Amino acid sequence: MAIFDVFLLEAVLNGLLFGGVLALLALGLNLIFGVIDVVWICYAELVMIGMYTVYYAHVVFGLPLLLAFALAIPFVALCGVLLHWLVIRPILGSEPINQLLVTGGVLIFLQAFATLLFGIDFRNLGVSLPSLALGDIYLPWSRILAAATALGAMLGVWAFLRFTFLGTAIRAISQDRGVMPLLGADPSRIYLLTSAIGGGLAGLGACLLVLQYDVHPAIGLSFGPITFMICVMGGLGNLLGGFVAAFIFAQFVSLGGYFFHIEWGYVMAFVFFVAMMFLRPQGLFARRS
Amino acid sequence: MNRLPAVALLAVVAAVPWLAPNDYVLHVAIMMLIWAFAYTSWSLMGRFFLVSLGHGGFMGIGAYGTVMLWNHFGVSPWLGVPLSLVLAAFFALAIGIPCFRFRITGHYFALVTLAFAEIVRLVIVALRDHTGGSLGVTPKSALVDGASFSLTALQFADKTVWFYVALAVWLGGLAIWRAFDRSMLRYALEAAGQDEDAAAAIGVDVTRSKLTVTLISAVATAFAGALYAQYQLYINPETVSGIAISLQMVFAVIAGGMFSQLGPTVGAVVTLLLSESLRIFVGHDVHGLDGTIYGLLLVLFIIFMPDGILGKLHALAKRWSGGVGPATAGSRRAVAGPGRAAADEAGPSPP
Repeated sequence: MAIFDVFLLEAVLNGLLFGGVLALLALGLNLIFGVIDVVWICYAELVMIGMYTVYYAHVVFGLPLLLAFALAIPFVALCGVLLHWLVIRPILGSEPINQLLVTGGVLIFLQAFATLLFGIDFRNLGVSLPSLALGDIYLPWSRILAAATALGAMLGVWAFLRFTFLGTAIRAISQDRGVMPLLGADPSRIYLLTSAIGGGLAGLGACLLVLQYDVHPAIGLSFGPITFMICVMGGLGNLLGGFVAAFIFAQFVSLGGYFFHIEWGYVMAFVFFVAMMFLRPQGLFARRS
Repeated sequence: MNRLPAVALLAVVAAVPWLAPNDYVLHVAIMMLIWAFAYTSWSLMGRFFLVSLGHGGFMGIGAYGTVMLWNHFGVSPWLGVPLSLVLAAFFALAIGIPCFRFRITGHYFALVTLAFAEIVRLVIVALRDHTGGSLGVTPKSALVDGASFSLTALQFADKTVWFYVALAVWLGGLAIWRAFDRSMLRYALEAAGQDEDAAAAIGVDVTRSKLTVTLISAVATAFAGALYAQYQLYINPETVSGIAISLQMVFAVIAGGMFSQLGPTVGAVVTLLLSESLRIFVGHDVHGLDGTIYGLLLVLFIIFMPDGILGKLHALAKRWSGGVGPATAGSRRAVAGPGRAAADEAGPSPP
């Protein structure tokens, strides 16, 4: 019985660590939604691009891992800017659902293009970090580092939004899209900046995930849907709500995988999401209007 | 109203089994009809801005429900298909009632239904002991001892039979669209699609109208899934369920034109011609080329031609004939078109 509890505890702790990375992805997606009012359905595909960037820089071109990370983050940030500039900007004034569907097109494109370029093989970075042993519990350092870095990055984003002028402008525009241009703030610049930050966070997420998972063109489907669910459950655009929801979902996946099978973990998480949508359609922490 | 072109077109379509030089052409034609029916079913909702990304789920329920009942319990598709449709209807209500009650619309509706599509796909994969998981499943063949058809198992070796079955189903889909077009429900939904409060204020039962169209659309899509499974005799989670199939529907419908009766059909024809010609001219070895082109086209269509091919043709015809072109069935309001109410409410859009 004691062994059973230790494994359970390990699953819970792993869920917490997984939640950190999910929270990072949810933050990026939420920030974009909050400011630009667009859901990037292809967000996890940006993560996939980042993972391939790290893989190619490190394994194929032999760059040091940290340099590969330093390349991947700005590269994905640039992808985010291009996504906004080329795809979202032309249809900002159209039916909101179009902006969701257009990023669906980008999702199909990126996934298929990656298949075309890289094939369907699973690629491994070949870096394996040891595990931290706490008594009978083993926690991989890659996960601990990932969760810690994600937490740090989230703090950084929070401080940026809270204490800098640009951050204040971003928060202002997410509160009132109509008034800010009248006060002299240029929304198109803010949108580009937000897209860059959102892309950068996807790039950082990619660096943390590539240490734990193999890269393949459909990897986005493993993280994409759950990231949207987290954002919606936390209340789209609500950064704190997304943070808490990420940890709840991660526990579903981790414990579901522990008790049954990993797919059932996802199924339960999604069923929970659908149920919660009906109980609290405005998100977990929305004030009742 | 001039029915001559429609009758002539139908006559040509009905003659395809005699005109087709080989089985491959006939096969492509059957697939076009089946997918055209599925896309038409999706558009029943989509044209009213009820954008569902969950139809991959309904299609999966129709396909897997029918095949699982046949393989594991020996239930004939004559009974299995209706049972699967009932299951799809149940899930459509389970998703629809709370969504429409709590007025979950737009992004939120798309994401809730997306979760549903993924749940169906993951359940199919997770039940791999019964469903074959990602490897897919084949309905047990009833064509023993050289029999060319089995009526109880709804399996036919002759593609001509399937062609006429698919043709009848597709015409049924168009008939549903037409019936919808002429009903009060259409006006109720168009009003609700523009302003729910205003629609409710003039006496439209918004929840009930949306629920009706969702139910019909979901059940029809599940039927398309069952038909696909019976014809192909092989299904796997990726080809009949999940986000990928939902997005495939969206793409084809937007390409063809969401607001015309034949728009989804044009979408099915165009996408299948595209993927089949890529397969012939480029070959099987290049994976991902068709998706790359689809994705790119979807983006370009939404940005530059949101009314789709048929919508564009209608608009051009109208311009040439001085404003008295053929009337499009359905709303003239483009999804991405200018002058929408919602944009005005959201304040000045950024430059």
